[in-house]
Amino acid sequence: MAEYLIQTMGLPGWLTWSLLAVLSAVLILNLMAGGALVFIWAERKVSARIQDRLGPTRTGGRFGWLQSLADGIKLLAKEDLMPERADKMLFRVAPYVSFCASFAAFIGLPFAFDMVALRLNVGVFYVVAVLGLEVFGVILAGYASASKWSLFGAMREAAQVVSYEVPLGMCIVVPVMLAGTMDLVTIAEKQSGWFTNWYLFHDPFTFVVFWVYTTCAVASVNRAPFDLAEAESELVAGFHTEYSGLRWSFFYMAEYSSMFLVSGLAAILFLGGWNGPVPIASLLGLSEGSGESTGAFVRLLGLANFLGKATLGVLFMMWIRWTLPRLRIDQVMTTCLKYCTPIAAVMFAGAMTWLWVFPGGC
Amino acid sequence: MRGPAFVELLEAAVPGGVVGTNLEAIDPWVEVVPAAVADVCRWLHDSSETGFDSLQCITAVDWFESDPKKAAKAGWDPHLELVYHLWSTRARVSLVLKTKLPRWKDDQPGQPPEVASVAGIWRSADWHEREVYDLSGVRFVGHPDLRRILCPEDWEGFPLRKDYEMPLEYHGIRGR
Amino acid sequence: MSQVIDDDPRIIEFDVRTDEMLVNMGPQHPSTHGVLRLVLRTDGEVVSEVEPHIGYLHRCAEKIGENISARQFIPYTDRMDYLAGMNMNLGWSLAVEKLMRLQVTEKARHLRVLIAELGRIASHLVGMGAYGLDLGTFSPFLYAFREREKILNLFEEACGARLTYSYITVGGLTADLPPGWLGRCEAFLNEFEPIIREYHALLTTNAIFVKRTGGIGVLSPEMAINYGCSGPVLRGSGVDQDMRRDGEPIYTAMYDGYAFEVAVMKDGTYPRDRAYPAVPADAVLGDCWHRFFVRMLEVVQSMELIRQAIDRYSACTGSLGEPVKIAEKIPAGDVYLETECPKGQMGFYLIGNGTPKPWRVRARSSSFSNLSVLPELCHGCLIADVPAIVGSLDIVMGEIDR
Repeated sequence: MAEYLIQTMGLPGWLTWSLLAVLSAVLILNLMAGGALVFIWAERKVSARIQDRLGPTRTGGRFGWLQSLADGIKLLAKEDLMPERADKMLFRVAPYVSFCASFAAFIGLPFAFDMVALRLNVGVFYVVAVLGLEVFGVILAGYASASKWSLFGAMREAAQVVSYEVPLGMCIVVPVMLAGTMDLVTIAEKQSGWFTNWYLFHDPFTFVVFWVYTTCAVASVNRAPFDLAEAESELVAGFHTEYSGLRWSFFYMAEYSSMFLVSGLAAILFLGGWNGPVPIASLLGLSEGSGESTGAFVRLLGLANFLGKATLGVLFMMWIRWTLPRLRIDQVMTTCLKYCTPIAAVMFAGAMTWLWVFPGGC
Repeated sequence: MRGPAFVELLEAAVPGGVVGTNLEAIDPWVEVVPAAVADVCRWLHDSSETGFDSLQCITAVDWFESDPKKAAKAGWDPHLELVYHLWSTRARVSLVLKTKLPRWKDDQPGQPPEVASVAGIWRSADWHEREVYDLSGVRFVGHPDLRRILCPEDWEGFPLRKDYEMPLEYHGIRGR
Repeated sequence: MSQVIDDDPRIIEFDVRTDEMLVNMGPQHPSTHGVLRLVLRTDGEVVSEVEPHIGYLHRCAEKIGENISARQFIPYTDRMDYLAGMNMNLGWSLAVEKLMRLQVTEKARHLRVLIAELGRIASHLVGMGAYGLDLGTFSPFLYAFREREKILNLFEEACGARLTYSYITVGGLTADLPPGWLGRCEAFLNEFEPIIREYHALLTTNAIFVKRTGGIGVLSPEMAINYGCSGPVLRGSGVDQDMRRDGEPIYTAMYDGYAFEVAVMKDGTYPRDRAYPAVPADAVLGDCWHRFFVRMLEVVQSMELIRQAIDRYSACTGSLGEPVKIAEKIPAGDVYLETECPKGQMGFYLIGNGTPKPWRVRARSSSFSNLSVLPELCHGCLIADVPAIVGSLDIVMGEIDR
């Protein structure tokens, strides 16, 4: 697209690239905000159905589909409170740090073939690294709030998320090793074809790794049963106890975006990315390169596949949240250090051995 | 276990402790002198024959009538009565222990009368004695931490006394 | 000089020592079950000392009781343990009846059993649901409230109120049941019975739940008795005591002829535990899990009692009897009566002097004593365990502060 603009419109290179960057940013930002709205609404409906009630039913006519938007307007109108003894600057900055981290991670995440803001050859590395920065926002928020409950939440978050990065990283390395690249687009491409080509079913080790990844991903985005940083029955609301209005909603959006992000990552790394369980497009003889309109169709199909998988992942997290009690901090750390990390390490070694024994796949 | 034989046992264990009994009442009770409360309770708790291992309740009753006409007909002198309700989980029997205290120490209004604490015998007495102190104004000597429990710590007066009057104002809040 | 200080091991220790922190849990906190304030002394996540501060809901109900007649005090008992108003009504009514040497009719007796046991189920449902909430799972709370609503509907049909009933009163009950009520009650029981299994699947046997409650807040039987604990807290420690069986004649006579087993662990097993999950390996007698499980067993026990009461009540032919007059004089004398409320043994002490107004009213609250044991249970636990322990005591602040 950049080449097209430069050649036919005669625009200078720097302007083209800036325009494209702004366009991508706007698209991703809207996707994040819109996605978060949808997922917040979905969470309310899903939890309501799990709990034998209806959830929002009236806002927007049917199904309460405008509920999140109405909530958003309410949050905008809310008074912006700040504790008197809070560290003013850090208190203001913290939600943006959290939000930006999860926003930036989207830059490297492909939604379908070539549908990525920036195709990086170290995509996996970039996404995981940037997502890990979200914890800074939480720690800053907890520290700057000048509340003991917030501080407890922040300290828990620091201990938990930093620990879970280790097994999470190990799990992610396995598909990277199988694909031989860190480029997310290539990793997904390598799993094309029938669903048996997915890395989930590559060998027994990757199958286990997927579930370890799921556990660690839930923990690293602070969802129940690992939501210790919020832990409303213990820490009031944890790190965001003192936040209200729009600032609070940034944390909320960051949480839902991160959920989508780790689910999307799982879809790409283990569930074939935008390749559906049945290769409809290739059975029909279509591919991304065959003509303009068919190529667009195939991409949209891929996009639908990817969004479907990622949404399923998010729904799975919701299901868990409304079912299980919360773990205690020492049990969370035990789960990570005594179970997830060793299992991930052994599975990593196992997958490596498998690759060595069956170099071309079995 | 609550019959006359038991009262004799109690009298033998704590000589001079028992000053009155009423075994015909709906809940038979034993009255002891205030000075002997701790000894009697210790014996009731430790002795294997009784084994009252649980203190259910401590109540302070203010026997006071402000109306002089009614007071003349009342048939008792103003005093404060402590009622201990004991329970034995092994024998599944209860016991009512009473003791009479003056309304104020040395007849000086505002000075709570004193009696020995039983919090060292039954831990449940800890909070119950604090409540009695808070609402009825009895100082339990030997209590580990005698503070007000239900009312704020700077509250004045003892609300369950019959002559108690609600303060006009408490920290800017109208009382009456 | 500075050399000496540098070499002093105490200074180095001082440098790495972590500071203790005082944290206020409550009175505005999601899991202190009302306006309870706990001052925690913590070192990081480890709690070294807990000090409960109560009294935020104090209304001096005992003083109010001295200024109104005995029957007028019934609505005030509703507001003590507001989750089990029926049982509180019953406790006070029986105490007054004991002083007045009054006996209710056979029909009223069976109806009282029926209503009181329904109230027990409603209270335990809240206890169970709120306990799930304390441990961070929201759904069981709503499942519990769904069933509780049905009980409240039944109560509303019977007496017109959903929370503060004043239904059981001195001398009987304010009204007889409306037609068809017994059938609806039975329908509710049939509907409710299979659902209990779901609660066990969601909480009692849930691995995370067991990890969070097993071996936490262990209360030895001696300590429980010494602190005056009662109800499920006492039975969860393995003390076989239930006022419905061991109490005073006027109360036990109410349950004459009813068959029920006290829900307490004997020789390592609970009664009828074949129908319900086995005790997990992590649980120790007297811990949060056992207190919770005793409550769950009592729900089943109450259901059986209700079934028996329905049969007996419908077999009764006589009238329900009339409650005493509002300003009925109560005789001189003093009585103390403890009844088995859902939270524990609720005692009422009452002194009459020949006028309608009691000379002295005293409410011995079960939650008051049950809560007083909290500092003992919280030594060295983690912050997350504090709500778990408080929740397992199942306290109601309205009853503690009175």
